[in-house]
Amino acid sequence: MKPDINPEQCETCPMHNTANLMKLGLDMQGWDYVIALAGNPNTGKSTVFNALTGLRQHTGNWPGKTVSRAEGGFDYGDHRYKIVDLPGTYSLLATSLDEEIARDFILFGQPDVTVVVVDATRLERNLNLVLQVLEITDRVVVCLNLMDEAERHGLQVDERRLARDLGVPVVPTVARAKDGLNLLLQTISDVAAGKAVSKPKRFENESPELKQAIQILVEQLNQVYPGLPNARWVALRLLDGDERLIEAVHKGELGDLAPQPGGIPAISPDLKLETSA
Amino acid sequence: MNPSPQVDSQEILATAQALRWEVGKDFHEKLMEALYTNAAEIADRAVTRPGEKPRFDLDRSIDRIVTSRRWGFLLMILLFTLVFWITISLANVPSRMISDLLIGTIYPALNALATRLGFPWWLHGILIDGIYLATAWVISVMLPPMAIFFPLFTLLEDFGYLPRVAFNLDNVFKKAGAHGKQSLSMMMGFGCNAAGMISTRIIDSPRERMIAMLTNNFALCNGRWPTQILIAAIFIGALMPAYLAGIVSALAVVGIAVLGVLLTFVVSWFLTRSVLKGEVSSFSLELPPYRPPRVMQTIYTSLIDRTIYVLWRAVVFAAPAGAVIWLVANITIGGQSLAEYIINFLNPLGILIGLNGVILLAYIIAIPANEIVVPTVLMLTVLVTGLTGAGAGAGVMFEADLESTKAILVAGGWTLLTAINLMLFSLVHNPCSTTLYTMYKETDSRKWTTVAALLPLGMGFAITFVVAQVWRLIFG
Repeated sequence: MKPDINPEQCETCPMHNTANLMKLGLDMQGWDYVIALAGNPNTGKSTVFNALTGLRQHTGNWPGKTVSRAEGGFDYGDHRYKIVDLPGTYSLLATSLDEEIARDFILFGQPDVTVVVVDATRLERNLNLVLQVLEITDRVVVCLNLMDEAERHGLQVDERRLARDLGVPVVPTVARAKDGLNLLLQTISDVAAGKAVSKPKRFENESPELKQAIQILVEQLNQVYPGLPNARWVALRLLDGDERLIEAVHKGELGDLAPQPGGIPAISPDLKLETSA
Repeated sequence: MNPSPQVDSQEILATAQALRWEVGKDFHEKLMEALYTNAAEIADRAVTRPGEKPRFDLDRSIDRIVTSRRWGFLLMILLFTLVFWITISLANVPSRMISDLLIGTIYPALNALATRLGFPWWLHGILIDGIYLATAWVISVMLPPMAIFFPLFTLLEDFGYLPRVAFNLDNVFKKAGAHGKQSLSMMMGFGCNAAGMISTRIIDSPRERMIAMLTNNFALCNGRWPTQILIAAIFIGALMPAYLAGIVSALAVVGIAVLGVLLTFVVSWFLTRSVLKGEVSSFSLELPPYRPPRVMQTIYTSLIDRTIYVLWRAVVFAAPAGAVIWLVANITIGGQSLAEYIINFLNPLGILIGLNGVILLAYIIAIPANEIVVPTVLMLTVLVTGLTGAGAGAGVMFEADLESTKAILVAGGWTLLTAINLMLFSLVHNPCSTTLYTMYKETDSRKWTTVAALLPLGMGFAITFVVAQVWRLIFG
């Protein structure tokens, strides 16, 4: 059903959508990869952001602290990463402006890695968001934050089990104490470079009518937008009457999201080696 | 490579539209249910609770008291009073030290230097009596209270107390017909109203978001806390014996802040019953766990993020304002300075509402930043009442500790009524231009931005007018 990945599209090249990022107000000049930081409110997202960038944006113990986007950057290995702190949200259904900002960025910006910061003490509710992000992109790293608090509450979180169930890397951290951040950086760089292959689990326990409806729509979507990475999710959103997505289909914006046939990657790694040598 | 597409994007939409009927109305609910079920299953497999015995939950015990119907509000008031009391009792000493340095020592030195270099009188005046003095005043009047207040406030925030305050207020907001999340945007407003405007993005209903924006100004912002603290300490604390002065001034500031919250409710209630009618949406407010505040880091970030930020903003606006103040006080037409013309023109209105022309002019100059109101009032009073010859270097008058600030204000005709009405007017008047600009960008509506400016301004005039009339009736 799913078309094969375009052979011209190299695995290690950046995936992000430079043109759409520009429209979203993000200049990628001088940066190799773009990382989106998503998560529920008050999971320590801003703390992770600060720890990674070395910035000292004020972090409050306060749900809904980051309502707009914050940007920063860091170097790791030979690459320069731009990191965007998205507003904290419980879902990506875009019922409010902050959810819309977060979703549009992940959907249209196609960041190379989306790090979802989750609160280890409230795993169940946080996973709702993770599962929704996984419907849009498979380039996900789950940052299992607040492990110290989980411990304080007598919880043991088995991150390997979680990683296996979700199909994406899971890194336990205590961002406040900067624990686990090195591993997080390594994992981000692995996923960005396509070294870590994730196979997110997508659930299909819907009714037969729904299954068929999705199938019909996915087929049509694949015909019009070959290679659309999240056709199933788009189909579901269209069925749900999501106005932003209807508009995106209407205007043909979805076409930007499929890998361009024979397209030239934004930055060729060979070229980069030459310039930095 | 691809077969020529038999369908186009419009057809996809048509198909989706048709299929939407087939999948049924409860499709969305089922989808969400499936999502929740999946999340619950995964979480259940990953998390183990060894022992499984119910543990003593400190957070819940604290919450039971802090958010209780009986003690919640009382505790809130006590805590905030404590914070202001600490601020007021500690701020005066560093204030005096800074003003001794900036105004007692450096100001005369600069004067001497300018004279020795033979500056023309107007340049000397603008640079030293205008720009330097305004800036020095802003720093010595504002820095100490801010440097004490902001870290304390941030510690409360860091600890996790502010969401509890929001929780306590949530119910009242609902009763006023506003969104419960407005309590959160109001809390942000206590830091900065422009930030408060942006934080209303968390409210998804446009109607309720507009209410939150229009009333955000009633949350005292960073720029206005120091004004409140200073005036309360000078005029209200002074009414009391020394051992009560601090706590009484703190209570006065808390009283103004509480009045702001009450006004938020009243105005929200009024708006939901007049121009912004509609249903109240419901939402769930999450109480984050209490976290031991990281004291050193909090002090550092609140000094950098808030104190220095606000101070810098004040300085940036104070320097040109200082030049403007000096100019209006020194450009004379027919033997009278421009400032005197304006002040005399504004005086009748000012006196009517228990303020004076100087204060009204200061509020006009301070439209870009509320931070500079008190320093502007001081400068204008000094320049207009001729407490010192401009450039004469009468350093004594410029001591910015509480006693001499009071001496200047009293010489400018201030009474207890002026002080109280200034505190009221500082709470209820137009938001600063940054906040209005932010609101305009967020709403893209000139109409509502104008309402946001004029509604509180009109209310401010009305409230101070009533207070002044009643006051004069009682005290003659």
